[in-house]
Amino acid sequence: MRVRFDKLGIVIALLAAYGALWASFATLKPNRIVQGQAQAMLQSLPAWAGWGLVIVLVLAIAAALFRTSPWIKLLAAVVALAALTLSIGYAATFLTPAGNSYARVSPASGFWILLFAFALLAADAITRLDPPPAMRVLFLVLAAAAIGGLLMSGSWNGLSIMKEYAGRADVFWIEAGKHVELALGSLFAAVLVGSPLGILCHRVAPLRDGVLNTLNLVQTIPSIALFGLLIAPLGWIAANVPGAAAIGIRGIGVAPAFVALFLYSLLPVVANTVVGLAGVPRAANDAARGIGMTGRQRLFKIEFPLALPVILTAIRIVLVQNIGMATIAALIGGGGFGVFVFQGIGQTAMDLVLLGAVPTVALAFASAVVLDALIEMNSRVPNGARSA
Amino acid sequence: MRAWVPTILRSLLLLVLIAFLVSPENFEPLLKPLVQPNAPAIYNQGSLLSLTILHLRTVLIATLAATIIAVLLAILVTRPFGVEFLALSRSLVNIGQTFPPVAVLALAVPAVGFGEKPTLIALFLYGLLPIFENTLTALTNLPRSVMEAARGSGMTPFQRLIQVELPLSLPVVVAGIRLSVVISLATATIGSTVAAKTLGEVIIAGLQSNNLAFVLQGGLIVGALAVLIYDGLSAIEAMIARRTGAA
Repeated sequence: MRVRFDKLGIVIALLAAYGALWASFATLKPNRIVQGQAQAMLQSLPAWAGWGLVIVLVLAIAAALFRTSPWIKLLAAVVALAALTLSIGYAATFLTPAGNSYARVSPASGFWILLFAFALLAADAITRLDPPPAMRVLFLVLAAAAIGGLLMSGSWNGLSIMKEYAGRADVFWIEAGKHVELALGSLFAAVLVGSPLGILCHRVAPLRDGVLNTLNLVQTIPSIALFGLLIAPLGWIAANVPGAAAIGIRGIGVAPAFVALFLYSLLPVVANTVVGLAGVPRAANDAARGIGMTGRQRLFKIEFPLALPVILTAIRIVLVQNIGMATIAALIGGGGFGVFVFQGIGQTAMDLVLLGAVPTVALAFASAVVLDALIEMNSRVPNGARSA
Repeated sequence: MRAWVPTILRSLLLLVLIAFLVSPENFEPLLKPLVQPNAPAIYNQGSLLSLTILHLRTVLIATLAATIIAVLLAILVTRPFGVEFLALSRSLVNIGQTFPPVAVLALAVPAVGFGEKPTLIALFLYGLLPIFENTLTALTNLPRSVMEAARGSGMTPFQRLIQVELPLSLPVVVAGIRLSVVISLATATIGSTVAAKTLGEVIIAGLQSNNLAFVLQGGLIVGALAVLIYDGLSAIEAMIARRTGAA
């Protein structure tokens, strides 16, 4: 019998072998900003844990290498990822000299490469399983619960990123709140303004090109510049319009960031509303007219529901984009996770950068998964037609 | 009659941009009202022209590298050898695009340090996705009749790739490059937060010294570059599409 190898498995095995054998697993630094000392995997862990991790990884690589059911591959990937994340926390406690509160331990390149290799295996298994939308959301919830459990259990508390967090836990949650508020609030405002504008552009053809071209121009202005440019007009409004300052409009801070994100969000919402409405089959509209529906009834009962998947796609684009761009708001005092990113860059404290960047990526990824599932649930097109 | 209006507007924009970059002092009266009495209205910590060239160079290097790798990867996963990777690469592109550019930039810093390198890496990785996605779409949606005709006329797989598949895909690939360039032009400004020499420097200097004129000129130069390059690539795309359509 000939053994059949999985080509992706070979790539994963090579990546994982490099990550485990040549690259270093953890870095021990005397304090939070200096260069550290790289430690190989078996040096970073007590013997039993080190060899245990090696065995788990070898088994997972074997599952990746051979052609087996995607469920087995997914299981192998999940076990390997769990072993890795537990070990790195354990390595932190093991490497930190007793009683030394300045020393920091961070994951090194080998850890990240291994994490990437097995995340790739998990992604491939999930792609092959092609799970229905509800199950994808379930996977996401399970992953979030596992990570939440790890965080709560305190097994990562020795890691440098968690020490950065511990020092500013209350600020972290305030900035997290601001970040979500900025991203969701501007999305909400954009949908509120953008969809009527889209309907108007759909009905009044001469308006369409002008509105879409203007919004297109807004997109070309780099985000830091737009944030900066809005400081002046908003500052003027705050100073001269009675009551504006009272509701939080100020030259610097959240207001310009909010307005900028809103402006960037408008194009996808308006453009997709127009495209979605234009894609409504004429037959559906004629039938609705035939049974005596009024213009408004047709809009809400026929056109909007049929255009919904396209509009939801715009919401997905906008939300993911806003979560990313809200990071830049920190540069103009708007808060959000960007505060940690830019503070970290300023102090060359890379674990502080991670404290800002990792939640941003996680948030963007989670919202993409949830909205993709929503879009799929709402589109009437059967599953098979997607790839056509 | 009105078809030439956009062309005129674009040439005008290009002329104004060049005039501003060559001798920004001529525009000082325009920007003066935006700043406090004693503050400079034109960026004075370096030449705007050289920053623009550095900005464009960074974007060009990253986009070139991204184009080469993305097209090669897309060719690889659409050949029989790499077909196992096709579905995975689609989902990876999807996942990759959820990574915010700032986060990619920030995460590249620990790996390679400050300066131009993290910016190049972030622009390269981020630019890869639209080009790869478009190339993949083009290569997997070629008209079946054409492919069969090519096969029937006895072309080898390599000949089919070079003479049929790639030329037919070219307009869509260029559209991907166009998207990637516009994103990169804006993202490169953020590179200045990690000490890359780009036009972001002007904007950040403006933010730090509360100088609105700096923010405006930095932003407008990048915006104008994006509009001009976007239109230029659209024109190239239309030209190629016309040629392949006629052939």
